[in-house]
Amino acid sequence: MIYLTRRAEFSASHFYHSPALSAEENRRIFGKCNNPHGHGHNYTLEVTVAGEIDPTTGMVLDLKELKKVLESEVLDLMDHRFLNKEVPAFAAKIPTTENIAVEIWKLLAPKLSFGKLHRIRLYETPDLFVDYYGE
Amino acid sequence: MVYLTRRYRFAAAHRLHSDALTAEENRRVYGKCNNPYGHGHNYVVEVTMAGEIDPATGMVYDLAALDGIVQEEVLERFDHTHLNLDVENFRGHVPTTENLCVEIFNLLEKKLGGDGARRSARLARVRLEETSSNSFQYEGERTTESRK
Repeated sequence: MIYLTRRAEFSASHFYHSPALSAEENRRIFGKCNNPHGHGHNYTLEVTVAGEIDPTTGMVLDLKELKKVLESEVLDLMDHRFLNKEVPAFAAKIPTTENIAVEIWKLLAPKLSFGKLHRIRLYETPDLFVDYYGE
Repeated sequence: MVYLTRRYRFAAAHRLHSDALTAEENRRVYGKCNNPYGHGHNYVVEVTMAGEIDPATGMVYDLAALDGIVQEEVLERFDHTHLNLDVENFRGHVPTTENLCVEIFNLLEKKLGGDGARRSARLARVRLEETSSNSFQYEGERTTESRK
């Protein structure tokens, strides 16, 4: 089994607010991330696919196809967007880095016609990232 | 299960020297790290929490709480110190980055994942970079090491 990882970057804004909590609790839990006008990040996404090397091509998958799926499923949807307001999945779910990573898994897993999605790693900043393995 | 990782930095001095070895053996085993005056590193520590996403907050662990605990247990204890001379943790054992990694894991594990709503998350891994090409990781009982 070989693991192939491709990186992609996107920029988006978000804010953290739970309707289940009071305004005071939202401010206490989320701090400056609760600012309703939002704030932004340059996200770095790492998508890792696991598979066997095709003896004919020497490759695990067609990188062009992976790049195309990443663009159509993730970047077109999230790049230069206000995640809370413009991405349907986050209408009722807070776009924390944790939830975005899980959402990206859900978007990509059914679209890969090659290998098996192994890991989504999403950097919100170089010092903060989330890993999700699908369960 | 989602794994959340946060990076922190601190700078410290150390000297690798074991009382169980002779002066000659210390020089042979530790090389220039045995220099009696010590030397320093900019350490990078990565702390990984594992848990389920809290449906109310969308988060695995409260980052402000994590920052506070790492600040108190690790950064204030070790930053700008001489690990052999200034901190209690290495009285009697050598402050290699392996030992420092395990020490940080044990210090954090006592404080993390113990209270209230954050109970569901646990400390999964501490990864410590001594230099950009030297790192160690410890996962509690299941320990792995990487050195390149």
